[in-house]
Amino acid sequence: MAEATTAHPPVLEVRGLSVTLPKGADRKYAVEDVSFTVGRGEIVCVVGESGSGKSVTAQTVMGLIPRKDLTPVAGETLLQGEDLLKKSDAELRELRGVKMAMIFQEPMTALNPVMRVGDQIGEMLEIHTQMFAAEIRDRVIEVMKDVNLPDVEQMVDSFPHQLSGGQRQRIMIAMALALEPALLIADEPTTALDVTTQAQILELIKDIQVRHGTGVMFITHDFGVVAEVADRVVVMQQGQVVEQGTAEQVLKRPREPYTKMLIGSVPSMTPPKRKPITEGEPILAAHALEKVYGASGWFGRGRVVHAAKNVELEVRRGETLGVVGESGSGKSTVARCIVRLIDPTSGEVLIDGTNIATMSQAALRAYRHDVQVVFQDPYRSLNPRRTVGQSIVEGPMNFGLSEAEALKRAGSLMEIVGLSAAALDRFPHQFSGGQRQRICIARALAMEPKVLIADEAVSALDVSVQAQVLKLLDDVRKRFDLAMLFITHDLRVAAQICDRIMVMQKGQVVEQGLTAKVYASPAHPYTRLLLDAAPGKNAFLEQKTGN
Amino acid sequence: MAGNPGQVDFSESADTTLSSRKDVSLVAIMWRHPSVFWGGLLLAVIVVIAIVGPLFTVDPVALNPIKRLKSPSAEFWFGTDFLGRDVLARVVHGARISLVVGLAVAVIAVVLGLLIGLVSGYLRWLDAIMMRVMDGLMAIPGILLAIALISLSGATLVTVVIAIVIPEIPRVVRLVRSVVLSVREEPYVEAAIASGTRLIPILWRHILPNTIAPLIVQATYICGSAMLTEAILGFLGAGIPPEIPSWGNIMSEGRTYFQLTPWIIFYPGIALALTVLAVNTVGDGLRDTLDPRIARKM
Repeated sequence: MAEATTAHPPVLEVRGLSVTLPKGADRKYAVEDVSFTVGRGEIVCVVGESGSGKSVTAQTVMGLIPRKDLTPVAGETLLQGEDLLKKSDAELRELRGVKMAMIFQEPMTALNPVMRVGDQIGEMLEIHTQMFAAEIRDRVIEVMKDVNLPDVEQMVDSFPHQLSGGQRQRIMIAMALALEPALLIADEPTTALDVTTQAQILELIKDIQVRHGTGVMFITHDFGVVAEVADRVVVMQQGQVVEQGTAEQVLKRPREPYTKMLIGSVPSMTPPKRKPITEGEPILAAHALEKVYGASGWFGRGRVVHAAKNVELEVRRGETLGVVGESGSGKSTVARCIVRLIDPTSGEVLIDGTNIATMSQAALRAYRHDVQVVFQDPYRSLNPRRTVGQSIVEGPMNFGLSEAEALKRAGSLMEIVGLSAAALDRFPHQFSGGQRQRICIARALAMEPKVLIADEAVSALDVSVQAQVLKLLDDVRKRFDLAMLFITHDLRVAAQICDRIMVMQKGQVVEQGLTAKVYASPAHPYTRLLLDAAPGKNAFLEQKTGN
Repeated sequence: MAGNPGQVDFSESADTTLSSRKDVSLVAIMWRHPSVFWGGLLLAVIVVIAIVGPLFTVDPVALNPIKRLKSPSAEFWFGTDFLGRDVLARVVHGARISLVVGLAVAVIAVVLGLLIGLVSGYLRWLDAIMMRVMDGLMAIPGILLAIALISLSGATLVTVVIAIVIPEIPRVVRLVRSVVLSVREEPYVEAAIASGTRLIPILWRHILPNTIAPLIVQATYICGSAMLTEAILGFLGAGIPPEIPSWGNIMSEGRTYFQLTPWIIFYPGIALALTVLAVNTVGDGLRDTLDPRIARKM
C-alpha cells in the first residue's frame, strides 16, 4: 500500500477509532481502536460477521450514528485530512454527497417511492450546487448513463417501483456519484441482489472506481465478493481489526486463526464426490405441479403469474435435492406447495405414493408430520412468546403424544442438534441466530418426518455458523434417512450439500442432474450464467485445499 | 469444512445488538412513563370516589323545593338544581354511570371485535363478507343508531351500552384484522400449520398474543369516547332515563338555567372532562410503552 499512498494522501484515514455501546450491551465498545486507510482509487473491503462493528465504523465516518447511543470516544476519522469527528452536524451535511457518499443494502427502502428517480438524483445537485434546472437534468442523464442504465431518457422520469433491484441499486450509485465524491462507502450493496445482478453491480463499482479515482470503503460479509473487488482487506471481529493487508495477502496467506476460519468456512464451488442414490422408490415426488397467481377473484381480474410451471421432481430416502434459482424463480413456491402452505393450482404431490396436492385440510392433517420445513429467518421462525420446549412439543402433541413423552423427545433432539436439553425452558431471544436455526431443525425432527424441506435455511447465517448448520443438516439427513429438499440461491452452499440439483428460472425447471455433473458441464445457458456469476469463482479462493 | 459434533458456535455474535428484554412490569411502566402514572392516579381517584362517594353524600334524587337553585356553599358544595337536589351527590353518583358505560362498552367492543377480527383475518373466505358488514356498520351514524334503538326498546343502561358498542366494533375488528394479516405470514405460524396444529390453537397460541398490546390501547380510547357519547345522548334526552343522575342528564337539565346557575352544568362537565382526560392519558402512555414504534412516528 506504500506505493499507493506516497503519490496522494489517503482519501480516508481512520486512526484508533473507538465507539462505545450503550450501557447494558454485551460489550463496552461497538468499535475499538480501529485504524485503516482508503487510498485514492482503491477498494478497501471491510469484512466481518454480524456484530463485528463494520457498519458502525462506516456510519461513524458518515456521521450517521445516533451519538446518544453510540459515542465516538477516541481516535479520528480523517477525510482528506479533515477530522470528521470534530465537525458539526451542519458541516457534515455539507460534506455528505460532495466529498463522501454512501450506498446501502436495500435499494428499495433507500429510495423515496413517490419521487421520480431523476428528481432524486437531481436533488443532490440542487442542494449542493448552483446549477439551473436544465443543467441538472443534463447532468442527471449523464450520471445515469455513467452507471450503464438502459434507456436513460425514459428512465429518468420513472418511479423506483418500476425498476428492477439491480437498476435501483444503479440509481443509488448514480446518486452517490453525482457530485464526484472522493470517498464512496458501500454498505453490503449487493447482499439483497440476485447473483447475476450482483456480478454486474460489482463490475460497475470496480469500473467507476477506476474511471473516477474514487476511494471505496466496501463493507461485506461475503468473501466471494471480497475476492472479486478488494484491493485491500480489513477483517473485523467483535469491534476490533483482526487482520489487514492486500487482498492477495489476506485471502491467500491469512495469518490470524479467525481469518483462516472465516475463509475456510466459505463453501467451495467444487462439489465433493458423492455416491448417487439410485435405490428405493422416491418418497417425495411432484408431477406437473403448477401454481398460478391472480387467475380470478371476486373483484375483477389481475395479472396472471405462473409462479411454478410444470415442475417435476423426485427425492429418495437419504437423498438431498437442491433447488436453486434467483428471486422469483418459483423455488419457494414449489416448497410451499409441497408443504401445502399454499394450494397448488394443478398437478400432483406424492408423499410416499399418496397424492396430497388436492387433499382437503382435514384429510391432509394426517400427513402433516411427514413433511417438515426449516425456514430462512431464524428470528421469525420461533414464536417469541413461547419457550423453545413449547415450540418443539407443539407438533408431536398435535398427534397425540403426551407432554412428558414429547418433552423427552425434545430433550434428546436438542442434544442431537448440539444444544443442551436444559435449554428447553428458555425463550428464543436468549439464543443466537445459529442456535435458533438448530432449534428449528429439532422442531422439524420432533415430528419424525420423512421429508425435510430447508427453505434458504442457512442464508441468513454468518458464514462460520452456516458451515456448522449445513453440517448438522447433512448429519440429520443421514441419521434419520430423510429425503431433503434444499432450497437456496447460493450455489456454493448447494454444491456442498446436494446430491442432485434442479435449476429453476421464472417458474420452470431448466436443468436437473447430479450436482457434480451440473457444475462441471452445465447444459442450459441460464445455469452457465448462474455459475459464472458466483462471486469469487475465478479468484484464489478455489485454490485452497480442504473441505 | 471443519467442525466436530458438539462444537459450539464460538464465533457467533449475532446477538451483540441490545437484546436485553425490556422490563414490562406495571411498576416499571409507570416509572418510565409519567403519563401512565399521573393518568392512572387521577383515574384511580375518580374510581374510588365513584365507589365510596355515594356512601357519604345525600340522596341524589331527594327533592328539596325550598332550597332550589342555591349557589355552592358549605352545605351544598356544588350547589343545588331547580328541584333542590344536591349537585355534588348527583355528580358523584353520575361517575358510576359514566365509568360503568365506559368499561362495559370497552370490554364488549374489544371482545366481540377480537373474535370477529381474528376469524376474519385468518379465514380469507369469510373476510370479504365480514368486512363488508363492518363497512356497513361504520356507515351508521352512532347517535342516530342510539336514538333509533332507544325509541324501539326503551331507554335503559343496556340499550345505551349496545347503541354505543355497535359502531365501535368495526374499529376494533379492523385493528385486530391488520395484526392478524401480518402475523399469519410469520414463519412460526407457518411452522405450526405444517406441524398439524388446528385452527383454534393457532389463533390462541400464536396470533392472539400479538393483538393484546394494541387492543389495550384501543380499549382506553373506546372507553373515553363511550363516556362522551353517553353524556351526549343524555344531554339530547336520548340516553339513560332522566330520573337517573348521569352526567349527561344533569347537564341536560341544567341547560335551561345555565345563565342563572352555571354550576349545574359546570361541575358534571368538569368531572366528565377529567375522567376522559385520565383515561386517554393512560391510553397514550400505554401506547408509548407497548408500541414504541408508533409512538416515534407520531
